[in-house]
Amino acid sequence: MFGAVRTSIPRTRRVFADRRFLSSTVSRFSADQHGHLPTTQSPITPHLEFFNSVVGGGKGIPTYRVLDGVGNPLDGAQLPELDEALARRMYENMTRLPIIDNLLYNVQRQGKIAFYMTCYGEEATIVGSAAALASDDEVLGQYREMGVLLWRGFSYDSVMNQCFGTHEDAATKGKQMPVHFGSRELHFHTISSPLATQIPQAAGVGYALKRDPLRRGKNCAVVYFGEGAASEGDFHAGMLLASTIPSPTLFICRNNGFAISTPASEQYHGDGIASRGPGYGVHTIRVDGNDVLAVYNAVREARRRCIEEGRAVLVEAMTYRVGHHSTSDDSFAYRPRQEVENRKRLDNPLARFRMFLEARGWWSAEKEDVYKAQVRDEVMKAMRRAEGLPRPPVEEMFNDVYGGEMPWNVKEQKEDLKRLLKKYGDVYEPWRTELRKYKGEGKEFLEGR
Amino acid sequence: MAGRETRKMNMYQGVRDALSNAMMRDDTAVVFGEDVAFGGVFRCTMGLAEEFGRERVFNTPLTEQGIAGFGIGLAAMGHTAIAEIQFADYIYPAFDQIVNEAAKYRFRSGGQFSAGGLTIRCPSMAVGHGGHYHSQSPEGFFMGGAGLKVRTSIHTGSCLFDIFVQIVIPRSPIQAKGLLLASIRDPNPVIFMEPKVLYRSSVEQVPIDDYELPLGRAETLTPGSDLTLLSWGTPVYHCETALHMLGSPPESLARHVPQSLRSAKVELIDLRTILPWDVETVAESVSRTGRLVVVHEAGRTGGVGAEIGAEIQKRCFLKLNAPVKLVTGWDTPVPMQYEKFYMPDPLRILDAVVETLTY
Ligand SMILES: Cc1ncc(C[n+]2csc(CCOP(=O)(O)OP(=O)(O)O)c2C)c(N)n1
Ligand SMILES: [Mg+2]
Repeated sequence: MFGAVRTSIPRTRRVFADRRFLSSTVSRFSADQHGHLPTTQSPITPHLEFFNSVVGGGKGIPTYRVLDGVGNPLDGAQLPELDEALARRMYENMTRLPIIDNLLYNVQRQGKIAFYMTCYGEEATIVGSAAALASDDEVLGQYREMGVLLWRGFSYDSVMNQCFGTHEDAATKGKQMPVHFGSRELHFHTISSPLATQIPQAAGVGYALKRDPLRRGKNCAVVYFGEGAASEGDFHAGMLLASTIPSPTLFICRNNGFAISTPASEQYHGDGIASRGPGYGVHTIRVDGNDVLAVYNAVREARRRCIEEGRAVLVEAMTYRVGHHSTSDDSFAYRPRQEVENRKRLDNPLARFRMFLEARGWWSAEKEDVYKAQVRDEVMKAMRRAEGLPRPPVEEMFNDVYGGEMPWNVKEQKEDLKRLLKKYGDVYEPWRTELRKYKGEGKEFLEGR
Repeated sequence: MAGRETRKMNMYQGVRDALSNAMMRDDTAVVFGEDVAFGGVFRCTMGLAEEFGRERVFNTPLTEQGIAGFGIGLAAMGHTAIAEIQFADYIYPAFDQIVNEAAKYRFRSGGQFSAGGLTIRCPSMAVGHGGHYHSQSPEGFFMGGAGLKVRTSIHTGSCLFDIFVQIVIPRSPIQAKGLLLASIRDPNPVIFMEPKVLYRSSVEQVPIDDYELPLGRAETLTPGSDLTLLSWGTPVYHCETALHMLGSPPESLARHVPQSLRSAKVELIDLRTILPWDVETVAESVSRTGRLVVVHEAGRTGGVGAEIGAEIQKRCFLKLNAPVKLVTGWDTPVPMQYEKFYMPDPLRILDAVVETLTY
C-alpha cells in the first residue's frame, strides 16, 4: 500500500519551486505595467485572485529523497560524500537506537523506571541530522532525540543514570522524568516537557552564537520539534524571531504523523510545516525523513546556509512514529495495528540504508549480528549498573533551585525536612524504606555534614 | 443518595458522566482539547465523540492558548465551551487568555459580553513520579491573577463584581460529577482541576441523574472542636489518614503523639472551591476550634494556604490559640526522585496537627 504511494512521487527533486511554474506566476502577478505598492515588492494586479499554496498551482511541496525503498540512489540524486567509516557509523547509530529503546521500554513495563519514550521509525531523521551537524552546534531537543546525544558520545551509563535517576545522573540529578537528557559538554540543552518552549529559545541561542566572536560563522543553533508542537504559539514566535532578528537557527521538524493520538491531518490544514517557512521568509526544505542520506544532505546544506547567511532555515522531515507515543500510551486505541505493521515493513529506514551499505560491501549479516550483540551487552551492563545505584542524596532536592545563596524560605524548608527526618526517619516505616533509596540514606543530611 | 439510581464509577467516569449529562441538556455544549476525540489521555471523554458526534467533541491542534481563546469566543456567543487542557502543568500558554480575557470579558464590556460559558478542565496534582512537569497544582497562580476580592459577587449578584474565574477541585467521583455540572452551568468561567491520581483510585456509587453541587462552598467531612484541618483534592485523603494516626498511632509513632491528644476532635474540611473560597465556613470553624492547619501540594510561597492564613488571622485573631500552620510542597519545582519527601504526606500532616494542638 505504501509502496504505491512511493512510486508516484516524482523522481527528480528540487528544493525550491519548479522553474516553469515560477515563470508563469511571475507573468501573471508581476506584469509590471501597473507598478508596485509603495515600499513593497508587491506588483499591482487587476486580477482578483486568491492563492493558497506556497509552490503555486495547487501543488504540494516536494519531498527530497536520495535513496529509493531498496537503497538505490534515485536518478539525478546526488549522493553525499560518504566514506565507509562514516556510513557505518551512521548505520550503527541507527541500529543501536531500537536496541536501547527495546530494553528501556521493557524495563519500564517491569516498573523499574517511571516512563520511557522510543524513537522507533525515526532513526534516519535523528541520526542523519545529527551526522550533518558539527558536534558543538547547540542542540535544543523535544524528547525523541536521544540519538543525537549518543552520536556525540553520550554514554550508555549516562542514559541509564538519567532514566533510573541515580546519584550519577549528571544530566538532571534525579530531578526529571526519564528521557529528559541534557549535557552542557555535548552542547545539548536539557529537555523540558512543556512542548515548543525550546523553539523561541533556539532563536536566542542562535543570536548568542552570532554575537560570540569565537563561534560566529562556525556554529548554529539546532532545534528539534514534532509537527504537533509546531501548533504552539512558541513555534511561530521562534520562527518569527529567528527571521526578523536574523540568527543562525536551524529548525528541524520531525513530522511523524502523530501527536499522541492526534493525526497530523488534524494538526494543520495547510501543506505541512514546510509551508510555513516562506511565510516567515525562511529557506525551507521537506525531506524524506526515512532516507538517512536525504536527511544528511538536506541538513548539511541547511546548516551551510544557516551559518553562511546567519539566517534561519527550516527542514521538515517526513517520517512515521512506529512506536506508541510513550509508555503511558496504547496507540492501538486510535490507529490500526495493520497500519503500523505496514509502515514498519514497507518503509523501514534501517532496512533501506542497510541495503545501500550491503550493495557496497560495507555491511553484512554477520557484522549486523556481531554489532547488535555487542550493543546489547554494553547496554545491559549499563542498565544493571544503574539499577543498583542509589538516588542522589535527599538534600539534593533543594539544590539548583537558585544560583548563588539559597534564599531564606528554601533554607528554612530544608531545615524543616531535616527536623522531620530526624524525628521520624528511623521509626516511621514508609520513610525508613524510602530513605534507603538515597545515597547516604539521609544520614549525611541528618548529621548536617 | 437514598432512592436514587447509582452506578459504580471512578473519577474519570464521573467526569465523563457529567460531560455527557451537560451535552444532553444543552445543544450548544461542545467538548474539545488535545486528544479528546479518542477519549483523552486520562479517558475522561471516552465514547463522547461516538455519542455526540465529532462536531461537538473534537481534537484541537496542540495549542493551549488557542484552546482557551477559542473557548472564550464560543462562550462570548452564548455557547457552552468545555475545554480540556491535557495537564495543569501545560496551562501556562493559556494564562493570558484566562487571566486577561476570560476573567475580564464581562467587566470590560460593562456586562454586555461574558465568557461565563467557559469551563476549562485540567488534570492536576502529583502521582508520585511525575516530576515538575506532570505534578503541578497551579491553582494559586489563578487565585491571584483573577482577583480574590470579588468573592462577594455571588451574594450581591452585581455583574460589575463578576470579574473572576472560579477554581474548583473535586476529591471523588460524586464530587467531580456534581461540581463539574455546576461549573459548566455557572455564569462565570471556571477552571476545574482534577487530581489525576484519583481518576482511577477513587471509586464511589455515583447517582446517574443530572445533579449539581454548590460552588463556593466548602464541605465539612468530620466535625470537630479542637482544630480545623483544611485541604482539597488528593491531600484530603492524607488528612484522613493522619487523623486515624492521631487517634490510634502505630506503635512506632506512639511517643510522638501524646496520650492527651489522641481524643482531640479535629474538624476536617474539604475546601472544594478555591476561588471564591468559602471564608464563612472556614472562619466559623476556626472561631470554634482556635486552630487551623492548611494542607496543599503546591509550594508555600504565593500559595493558596498563605492567602487563607492571612484572611483567617485577620478574622479570627482573638480566637486563635496557635499560628495558622501550612503543610505544603517546598518552594522548589516538584523533584522527580524526591517526591515522597516533597509532597505533604500523612506523617507531615500528623506532625503539624500535633504541633498545633500543643502550641
Ligand atoms: C504545552 C504542552 N501541551 C501538551 C503536552 C502533552 N504532550 C506531550 S507530547 C504531546 C504530543 C507531541 O506531539 P509531537 O510534537 O508531534 O511530537 P511526537 O511525540 O510526535 O514526537 C503532547 C500533547 C505537553 N508536553 N506540553
Ligand atoms: Mg509528532
